[in-house]
Amino acid sequence: MAEFSWTLLWFDYLWPLIILLLLVLAIVVPLLVAVAMFTWFERKVMAAMHLRMGPNVVGPFGLLQAFADGLKLFVKETIVPSGANKVVFIIAPMITFTLALVAWAVIPFDEGVVLSNINVGVLYLFAVSSLGVYGIVMSGWASNSRYAFLGAMRSAAQMVSYEVSIGFILVTVLLIVGSLNLSDIVEAQRNVWFVIPLFPMAVIFFISALAETNRHPFDLPEAEAELVAGYQVEYSSMTFALLFLGENANIILMSAMTAVLFLGGWLPPIDIAPFNWIPGWIWFFGKILILLYFFVWVRATFPRYRYDQLMRLGWKVFLPLSLFGVALTAGVLVAFDLVPQAG
Amino acid sequence: MIVQAFCFYLFAFITIASGVMVISARNPVHSVLFLILAFFNSAGLFVLLGAEFLAMILVIVYVGAVAVLFLFVVMMLDINFVELREGFLQYMPLGATIGIILLIELLAVLGAWSLSPAGDTISAAPIAADQENTRLLGGVLYTRYIYLFQAAGMILLVAMIGAIVLTHRVREGVRKQKIADQVHRRRDEAVALVKVKSGQGL
Repeated sequence: MAEFSWTLLWFDYLWPLIILLLLVLAIVVPLLVAVAMFTWFERKVMAAMHLRMGPNVVGPFGLLQAFADGLKLFVKETIVPSGANKVVFIIAPMITFTLALVAWAVIPFDEGVVLSNINVGVLYLFAVSSLGVYGIVMSGWASNSRYAFLGAMRSAAQMVSYEVSIGFILVTVLLIVGSLNLSDIVEAQRNVWFVIPLFPMAVIFFISALAETNRHPFDLPEAEAELVAGYQVEYSSMTFALLFLGENANIILMSAMTAVLFLGGWLPPIDIAPFNWIPGWIWFFGKILILLYFFVWVRATFPRYRYDQLMRLGWKVFLPLSLFGVALTAGVLVAFDLVPQAG
Repeated sequence: MIVQAFCFYLFAFITIASGVMVISARNPVHSVLFLILAFFNSAGLFVLLGAEFLAMILVIVYVGAVAVLFLFVVMMLDINFVELREGFLQYMPLGATIGIILLIELLAVLGAWSLSPAGDTISAAPIAADQENTRLLGGVLYTRYIYLFQAAGMILLVAMIGAIVLTHRVREGVRKQKIADQVHRRRDEAVALVKVKSGQGL
């Protein structure tokens, strides 16, 4: 056992820990602001599509509306229903929120700008997004309410179903890249973004992402007309705010995932003069913003699916299509001798 | 090293503690939630071993899919907790016997366990940092163990088909939506224009 020394403790353990914490804060704080601004963006875009004004009172163009709502939720009373399973009831929103944040550890914002550049980045993202279902199921069950429970059951079945096709689409991308590292996946798109050779897969991925995040037109878990608000009906104040923030952070995460997998992450569309003057992170955020617009656009356009139609789409349409996509991609790669070699 | 040791003991302790809670929790839903916690911490132990692929697969397959369905079923069961407790003493001897037999078998296996001489050299040489263990695993699974791997896949496929065949039933009088029929329906099959004279009706 080496002698205890304060300098060792400081330079080997505490200092790296402080750096790590600062880096985490540098991701989480802008992310939370982005989540708040996304709610504003969503309401404003929806309003424009409905020919309304949208939020326009708090701050210029209503920009501070989200923060006003947040403050309101913060000062409200947290109500735990008397029949609820208290511990699970409180833990569930925390799980949703935490899972929505931890996934950002592996997202590459620019060349080399990533908190943790792990070799299994794609699997990590897939694992974290598949865990998202627990927050919903636990909140629905712990509320001890029929509406919440029905919403949770629907959500569990829905998210598990669409994960299957998301998994197969990830496999097609991996087949082309030959690596599970997200930075490698972006680098592999330097010549052409995967959205062009894999266009059908990208479309299926985006629609599955809508279902995975319980967004319109697949928002059956919280269908207001039938289930009031589904699994979140019993939540109030900060517990509700955490569920809400977690859900919206998941939407931004799915957009980031689509941007990394199919839209070339931080890469410009063509690597020539006017495009590559713009820094990579601006390209990345621009792509996320466009995808977020798609999320809102879909919400304003399509009516809600019926539950059996949702299941049919997931299992009988997307699953065979994505399975076929895997076989086709693998076949093309082998036939034209394009299989990525071990690096 | 201290950090790794600390993480190992943390993960190991939570794994064992939640394992104990799985069998001792009163509420079955809590049991499943503790089971998930145990899976999760086992994944953490895999990461500490440097087996990040196995860790992720454990989370994706067991936590993300199997345990969700498990939780799904347990939550839907209508369980009377009082009734569940009543049979405890009755089943206790049987359960204890099985438990003891399993424990003895485990001890027998572990007691007779010896690493092959080749294994010793491998364990002293961990995977090089620049090697991805995903690639290494794939390399072994799809070359040396390809037949066993395929056989395992076939067994799972057969099990899946068996489950579908056993639970599939065709019920009379259920009207299902047939998308193809709806799409192929023409106007003259669906609508009939009738000129109705006033005061007569159809």
